[in-house]
Amino acid sequence: MKYVDEYRDAQVVHRLARDLAHACTRSWKIMEVCGGQTHAIVKFGIAELLPAGIELIHGPGCPVCVTPLAMIDKAIIIAARPGVIFCSFGDMLRVPGSAGDLLTVKANGGDVRMVYSPRDAVNIAQANPDREVVFFAVGFETTAPANAMAVYQASQQGLRNFSLLVAQVLVPPALKALLASPERRVQGILAAGHVCTVMGYHEYESLARDYCVPIVVTGFEPVDIMQGICLCIRQLEEGRTEVENQYARSVRREGNLPAQRLISEVFTVTTQQWRGLGEIPSSGLRLRETYKAYDAEERFALGAYQAAESSDCRSGLVLQGALRPSECPCFGNCCTPEKPLGAPMVSSEGACAAYYLYRRR
Amino acid sequence: MCLGIPGKVLSILEEDALSRPAKVNFGGVTKEISLAFVPEAQCGDYVIVHAGFALSVLNEEEARETLKYLQQMGEVNGGCSE
Repeated sequence: MKYVDEYRDAQVVHRLARDLAHACTRSWKIMEVCGGQTHAIVKFGIAELLPAGIELIHGPGCPVCVTPLAMIDKAIIIAARPGVIFCSFGDMLRVPGSAGDLLTVKANGGDVRMVYSPRDAVNIAQANPDREVVFFAVGFETTAPANAMAVYQASQQGLRNFSLLVAQVLVPPALKALLASPERRVQGILAAGHVCTVMGYHEYESLARDYCVPIVVTGFEPVDIMQGICLCIRQLEEGRTEVENQYARSVRREGNLPAQRLISEVFTVTTQQWRGLGEIPSSGLRLRETYKAYDAEERFALGAYQAAESSDCRSGLVLQGALRPSECPCFGNCCTPEKPLGAPMVSSEGACAAYYLYRRR
Repeated sequence: MCLGIPGKVLSILEEDALSRPAKVNFGGVTKEISLAFVPEAQCGDYVIVHAGFALSVLNEEEARETLKYLQQMGEVNGGCSE
């Protein structure tokens, strides 16, 4: 397939690895932010090709994983209400809440549906005017345009039986929190190519400058990731701390302006709770006052609901890059993709699931 | 959720600015995708798609440049192959 096969060329990856071995004179720690990149790194064995001393630290870029337990519980509570059709991306259905998950609700007779796009949920709402249709709007900047469009279209069409349960998070503020932490271990960053496709990378320029860290906007195929690592290491070796764009075939500095306009029409920036990282200022999106009627938390009066995190799952440390999935005592024992203790073992972007599927150590 | 995939625009079904539905081919699988966020996209373009919406048109020239650079790097390194 064009734009895929040529970026999976093993010869090019090996060539880049040799180039890297020449360029690298000391140990460096680099964080790949996005869970999609973590999966590619583990799946294609990229870490094994790196010179000794280069360590990849997996970042918090798994939207399913950072969604707070309270939000999962709210989804389960809403989905179990009679008359509700609860729509979600497939990843969220098996994330354990305080009691059960969304699939348990479905098994007990709840109408829980896996959809590919929030547009599908809007169509379901149109076709079922006597039912409440709720979409679980989870994700980073990559799903925000689709979710904003769903609300915008619902409002244009005067749909009254549609709402969003919003758990929308933003990457740069979380990255800033990680870089500002006194326990910071990373020296270079691979930024998420698709988040930057939407938002551009101008916001990262001040982060690179203020925190003296090279940031390379990177794609998702093995050649992309290896080249991203090479560019990052070259900056570190030369003492530069700039933003570079490896993924120029998709990312422009200003990002996708029509998508950004619709996001700010529908959403406003808010403080957000991240599972494993805590509360981070200006790191989430909530619906603007004009679109409050589409907020499922308001509609189902769940705004005040709270939940305490389980102490067994160490996903918080995994999400901060402080613990490798395979170092967790539960990994592969009492926590597997079939019976997960936490979201990183469930999600197709979760680090624990990547290790379980592809490496086990 | 961030796993956007490239697909080729086969046909644009309607020019309505809010939806701009199109048939997009992902290595053999065809889906209806909204091109509302990429008003510049035309038939034959490759787009990156997330949750039913195309978010960018892949820039052929940039892609060619990157691949050319990687190719040249191989020649400089002696063009050895695995």
